[in-house]
Amino acid sequence: MKKIIALLLALSMIAVLSACGGSKTESKGEVNVYNWGEYIDEDIFDDFEKQTGIKVNYSTYESNETLYSILKTGGSSYDVIIPSDYMISRLISEDMLEKINFDNVPNFSLIDPAYKNLEYDPSGEYSVPYTWGTVGLIYNGDVVQEDVTSWSIMFDPQYAGQILMFDNSRDAMGIALKYLGYNQNTTDEAQLREAFDLLVQQKSILQAYVMDQIFDKMESGEAAIAPYYAGDYLVMVENNPSLKYVLPEEGSNLFVDAMCIPKGAENKENAEAFINFMCDTDIALANSEVTGYAPAGTEAMKIFSEDLDEDLYPVINPDKDVLANCDVFTNLPQETLDLYDSLWVDLKS
Amino acid sequence: MKPKYFAIPYVGWMALFIVIPLVLIVVYAFSNASGGFTLDNFSNMLTYSGVFGRSFWLAFLATVICILIGYPVAYAIAQEPAHRQRTLMLLIMLPMWMNFLLRTYAWMSLLENTGLINKLLGLIGLPAAHMINTPGAVVLGMVYNFLPFMILPINSVIVKIDKNLLEAAQDLGANKVEIFRRVIFPLSLPGVLSGITMVFVPSVSTFVISKLLGGGTDLLLGDLIEMQFLGTAYNPHLGSAISLVMMIIVMIAMYLMNKFGSGEETAVMM
Amino acid sequence: MKKRQASPLGRIFMILVYLFLYAPIFVLIVFSFNSSKSRSVWTGFTFKWYTELFQDSSILSSLGTTLLVSVLSALIATLVGTIAAVGFFNMKKRWSTPLLSVNNIPVMNADIVTGVSLCLAFVAAGSFLKFKLGFGTLLIAHITFNIPYVILSVMPKLQQMDKHLVDAAQDLGCTWSQAFVKVIMPEIMPGIVNGAIIAFTMSVDDFVISYFTAGSKVQTLAMNIYSMTRKRISPKINAVSTLLFLVVMILLIIVNIRESRQNAEAERKKLKAASEP
Repeated sequence: MKKIIALLLALSMIAVLSACGGSKTESKGEVNVYNWGEYIDEDIFDDFEKQTGIKVNYSTYESNETLYSILKTGGSSYDVIIPSDYMISRLISEDMLEKINFDNVPNFSLIDPAYKNLEYDPSGEYSVPYTWGTVGLIYNGDVVQEDVTSWSIMFDPQYAGQILMFDNSRDAMGIALKYLGYNQNTTDEAQLREAFDLLVQQKSILQAYVMDQIFDKMESGEAAIAPYYAGDYLVMVENNPSLKYVLPEEGSNLFVDAMCIPKGAENKENAEAFINFMCDTDIALANSEVTGYAPAGTEAMKIFSEDLDEDLYPVINPDKDVLANCDVFTNLPQETLDLYDSLWVDLKS
Repeated sequence: MKPKYFAIPYVGWMALFIVIPLVLIVVYAFSNASGGFTLDNFSNMLTYSGVFGRSFWLAFLATVICILIGYPVAYAIAQEPAHRQRTLMLLIMLPMWMNFLLRTYAWMSLLENTGLINKLLGLIGLPAAHMINTPGAVVLGMVYNFLPFMILPINSVIVKIDKNLLEAAQDLGANKVEIFRRVIFPLSLPGVLSGITMVFVPSVSTFVISKLLGGGTDLLLGDLIEMQFLGTAYNPHLGSAISLVMMIIVMIAMYLMNKFGSGEETAVMM
Repeated sequence: MKKRQASPLGRIFMILVYLFLYAPIFVLIVFSFNSSKSRSVWTGFTFKWYTELFQDSSILSSLGTTLLVSVLSALIATLVGTIAAVGFFNMKKRWSTPLLSVNNIPVMNADIVTGVSLCLAFVAAGSFLKFKLGFGTLLIAHITFNIPYVILSVMPKLQQMDKHLVDAAQDLGCTWSQAFVKVIMPEIMPGIVNGAIIAFTMSVDDFVISYFTAGSKVQTLAMNIYSMTRKRISPKINAVSTLLFLVVMILLIIVNIRESRQNAEAERKKLKAASEP
């Protein structure tokens, strides 16, 4: 028993030491930032602290829905959160966001107007865009010889066992809806059921429903066809040059992740200072180079895409015509969400 | 102070941090988003019977395999000299210090069609085996992750069996098989029953293993509950109801097992 | 005296099971030295994840939180759990049976349910008593799900113990507390140690319950890892796990060497004593 205690004490020493290493003296207050995992360049926190004296407490979540459930259950206080489009509109509709005081965010002028006042936040009072991107089709050129322009190969029995699909009802249904030519935000039950039938058919030729395992499965050649985010394709192609990317002609999903301040934030002004800091062109650029996702700032985006190879340029900066076919997710009414849920359970049982 | 009062502080703790939270779950299960009383959360439960069936079946398989592997290992370790036993047991627990998710990812690397096992098979000229994204892989993941919880309690009970008892049995003419069947095994049953609980429960409610090793094509109960609390379907009321039903089924199963297992001796498990 | 050890067949089986348990660990360690972020394609040897790890304040502070909360909760749970187990053991069955059923609830419950229910309770209490989720609630949650494991591993030991031992000790003039230290403790010690190890391991490994009870300012290593699953889990995590693993491994080896030395010493003394008339 003594040995076990000694072991535990030794470990707690390490714990205390490393905990102390992380904490610094507080001066001008703090800001609690809550973001996706691996979705920021954590080095910039030091710059922020140097510039403003505000300490950043950083923690992470893995999906919009977890963020929502944590906010909904309450008990913790966050000052800055970075949800995606449809979740922002849901938070707005449930009165869970603070209005941002844009006098404190002068750098907002650097943001590309194309991402301002989108459908999820029509008045633009609640959110400041962070990054954006599209969902495209990634495929292995060694296996798929044909010219790919459409989502159809996702449903082609010829590639049975090689296809991966989003393990997330909204994204998976979104692809099926687009392939059928419908809007991704449809609430029409007949259209949704048609998309569902398509997914049921697809299940028999599918290898797996996955999220981030897509990286390894595509790079190693375990799977040949998968939908994923454009920014992540840049990482995958570095490790496996046979991978190709296409934004299907039927259109796809355009997502915008934006910074918001949840209701009841304790350090609202610090949060605004942080948001302002994140909009700075240099900071946004440094951030995008780490995450691979395109910045929402006009100038930052210009420099970011100029640094890319010519053949990768259209991946990050798709043609405006194709973009016009893309939908931005909006919040769905509760009965549609319930339908999604029950269809998804049916699909998987 | 009498020893029977020793439990009082903990009883208070249980009331605060086990009973009250559980009552909240029950309240959630019987109410809807606007706070009114409802039975809707339970009335749809039959739609999930497939999920229930599959989860219980896979967890049952995993538990049986854990007994078949765990018992002999626990027994073999108990035969080793005392000082080595502690180390061997710590070695059983040590893998769990690598994060659960990481370990499951590592199994993915091993089992994939282009994974390490198939590469090895290819090197020695054997045909590749399809292992990943099958129910078998899910059961393997459960066995791997929860096997230590079977070995630990069985070992700790076997170690305590009085050696004189075994010698007495031997003197009375019992052979090795008889000693095991009539002395060691009955005495080690409490450990086996603890092990069953500690393997079955996490297996039936896991939500990572089925996603990573099973390809996410068939939902398990854990996935279903996770969907309600953390997933797209955010509905803590339904989630609470499903959890409650699952908990009651598990408790009944464990109660019956203990009842038939070895009478009141092991009522501790319930 | 016959030397105690497992039969050859038992040994082979044991080795196979250890191989099974350590195969994925080996893969993880190897891939912490992989030069790309892939976890299945080997692209070359590097130490860069280790050097980057020590610059990553978020991973380091979450590691600190994990170790601190695991150590504290394991120690407290072992203490409270052992005392409570003795209490339950000495109660009338009529009382102890229902109380033990309550004790088993966290074991029987899915982690996510325990996590959510604790979170609901903390939030409700927090709005009365003006506190927020944080390290305190995280620690309470960990203690709560650790104690049942301690009790579950101490209880069978108590039941196996000869009930007359304590009576005998008391008849011989021991007070109850002396009997506890001299008679009961040594008997149930393996159970206590197992309980402590299980508790600590469960804490290190837990994600879901921490997730709901840690609040906005603290984050455990497991929470950090899970949050990476939309993008890719960084090999830095493999590196930190490898280091943690090696530290424990080395401590184990040291303890083992010292123990076997002490054993040899004791053996020698015994032989010496036996040879003297």
